[in-house]
Amino acid sequence: MGTTIKIPEPSAPFPGLGVENAQGLLQWISAVDHKIIGVMYLLTSVVFLVLGGVLALLMRVQLAIPMNHFLHPEVFNQFFTMHGTTMIFFVAMPAIFGFAVYFIPLMIGANEMAFPRLNAFGFWLTFFGGLLLYFSFVAGGAPDAGWFNYAPLNERNYSYNHGIDYFAIGLLVSGIGSVATSINIIVTVLHYRVPGMALNKLPLFVWMIFVNSFLLLAAFPALNAALAELLLDRELNAHFFNTAGGGSALLWQHLFWIFGHPEVYIVILPAFAIYSEVFQVFSRKPIFGYAFVAASSVAIALLSFGVWAHHMFAVGLGDTVNSFFGASSMLIAIPTGVKIFNWIATMWGGKIHFSVAMLFAISFLIEFTIGGLTGVAFAMFPIDWQLTDTYYVVAHMHYVFIGGVISGMLAGLFYWFPKITGKYLDEKAGKWFFWLFVIGFNGTFLIQHVLGMIGMPRRVYTYPNLPWYGVLNFTSTFFAFVMGFSILLLVFIMRRAMRHGTPAGPDPWNAYTLEWATRTSPPPLKNFEDLPAVTSRRAWWDMKQQAVNPHPQTKNDDPI
Amino acid sequence: MQTVVFTEAFFFLCLIMSYIYLAYSTGFEPHDLSKLDIGTSGIYTALLIISSFTLHLAERGYDRGNTRALKAWLIITLILGAIFLIGQGREYAHLIQEKITLESSVFGASFFTLTGFHGLHVFIGLIILSIMLVLAFLGDFNRPAPAGSESPGGPPPGGGALGAIAIYWHFVDIVWVVVFTVVYVLPQFTNI
Repeated sequence: MGTTIKIPEPSAPFPGLGVENAQGLLQWISAVDHKIIGVMYLLTSVVFLVLGGVLALLMRVQLAIPMNHFLHPEVFNQFFTMHGTTMIFFVAMPAIFGFAVYFIPLMIGANEMAFPRLNAFGFWLTFFGGLLLYFSFVAGGAPDAGWFNYAPLNERNYSYNHGIDYFAIGLLVSGIGSVATSINIIVTVLHYRVPGMALNKLPLFVWMIFVNSFLLLAAFPALNAALAELLLDRELNAHFFNTAGGGSALLWQHLFWIFGHPEVYIVILPAFAIYSEVFQVFSRKPIFGYAFVAASSVAIALLSFGVWAHHMFAVGLGDTVNSFFGASSMLIAIPTGVKIFNWIATMWGGKIHFSVAMLFAISFLIEFTIGGLTGVAFAMFPIDWQLTDTYYVVAHMHYVFIGGVISGMLAGLFYWFPKITGKYLDEKAGKWFFWLFVIGFNGTFLIQHVLGMIGMPRRVYTYPNLPWYGVLNFTSTFFAFVMGFSILLLVFIMRRAMRHGTPAGPDPWNAYTLEWATRTSPPPLKNFEDLPAVTSRRAWWDMKQQAVNPHPQTKNDDPI
Repeated sequence: MQTVVFTEAFFFLCLIMSYIYLAYSTGFEPHDLSKLDIGTSGIYTALLIISSFTLHLAERGYDRGNTRALKAWLIITLILGAIFLIGQGREYAHLIQEKITLESSVFGASFFTLTGFHGLHVFIGLIILSIMLVLAFLGDFNRPAPAGSESPGGPPPGGGALGAIAIYWHFVDIVWVVVFTVVYVLPQFTNI
């Protein structure tokens, strides 16, 4: 028998991470508590955000002036591939799951996820999937065929080093983790709600993550199947995507985008979910049109499977196919527009409190609308033919990803940080961060629309000194560094808040949903001792109003 | 388990769509298909379908508290599943003798991937069924129903290990029916 290591039981919901003390670290590694796993997801996301951000800044340095020789073209290819892959699979996804596994049990009045060990398994698969992907840098070269990794570029005769293999295995591993966590979320929501919380009384955050989990379950198998076939091609000389061997390079595009387009909704729906909570609480009004917000999520989820070929207009599928997918893509704007108007109507006549979370939510409305409008423009395929693979695409997708997803995660961070750590994030410094981030982001990407329209292709490592190219690119690089600096500021703000932040009570925002009903912030290890049955959609608010408040100390908290 | 089946169904859907897509591509050689023996495979298919019914009988035995019936039908299910896998192995060996491999053609690549992933699922099913069988012999299923449950809300209706594996096993069988139809039966009627 070997020596047995005593696995520590977690002693606190947010234990210290003492490296000098092995038990402190072990407590995190062996954790199955949904709160600790949620925090680990969020930390993973922050680490990869910094990595992916550094890659982006290095690319912007290369592109700052015409005919630059800062990065080798091959390295540039690896960087944009890794940047895209990291940001989508290892920043957005872990952030989503972090908020989901932390707050779903709390919001539905449960003490734990349905399968705590599966929860830990899902996290560690995501984490090690990310490590595998980054290991490619030391194993002979990172993947370099773009985040969508088109055939035949991804085949062995075009990408001989092992980068693509690490890409495929890393995404397979983390994909399985995502599927496991989604199953966990669905079962938790279906079986562990507090009495009285019918499905039509679920908080909207839970509703949308719930819908999103089904979307994920349906979309990820397509990626996994494609990756399995790619690995067979590369390792065992099969011929799925190898046209020389009779395969079809287009098959990869179909399979990838059957996954890929739902995937962009998989990352945006949780952001919508966060906004739906933030708008309510900081407008001091219940959501306008609860049923419409929930139902439009379902509509988006279903429609998202019928639009994948709009990524392939330039392939030459024919006018009939292009028209169908153009029309279906425009249809998606309807449920999304419904949501935008619901949020605006929620703010209408409300007593708006401009906290940092709310500022991010409002900036989202504007930025995402810009991203949405350029998206609808793309759905008209003649415009797509003109603009595909230019910086216009880059600008479009960064407006929806940063303006939509990342802003949502940041809104969630500022909204829930007091609950997760028990400390406020400094609102004043937070506003500095907000403005730097928004100015940096818009400065970087707004002008890229113009760059795309005057014809600059994406994914080129340098460009000749054509009129306007130099000055626009330099401006873009400058503002990218403003954004990069703002992220540094955010890390600093978070660090300072954890050390000497103002303690937040259990319910600092005088909020509506049950996660604020726990006795303390951070919530005790056992979330709830007993909860009365829920009677409405704003369960915690009504409990406070009816003075059946199980934790009287929260009454003294100042309403915002 | 329903959610697992849901996501697995999409996985196989993608593999089957790949197969069909490639079947219409230029590199697909129809004479490869003639190497498949629909008769023998049909028999193995029938055995796999029967195993779904035997597993159902095992569940019925468990519901009645009849542990002996449970064990007996579980063993028969296991044997039927194993025969199916052996049949698949024999077919693979035959095809490889005919120089049809993963590398040889698009048909080889998509055929072996599709049926291989299915075979893997059958194999996983057999492992889980064996665990059930061992548990049955250890007496874990002796009580008519497991007394008490871990979760405060109680396990979902129709849950329980046996019910869950049954759903999985039926799913694997149904996938095979679709695969068999697409790969073996349909080419008999079309000219691809």
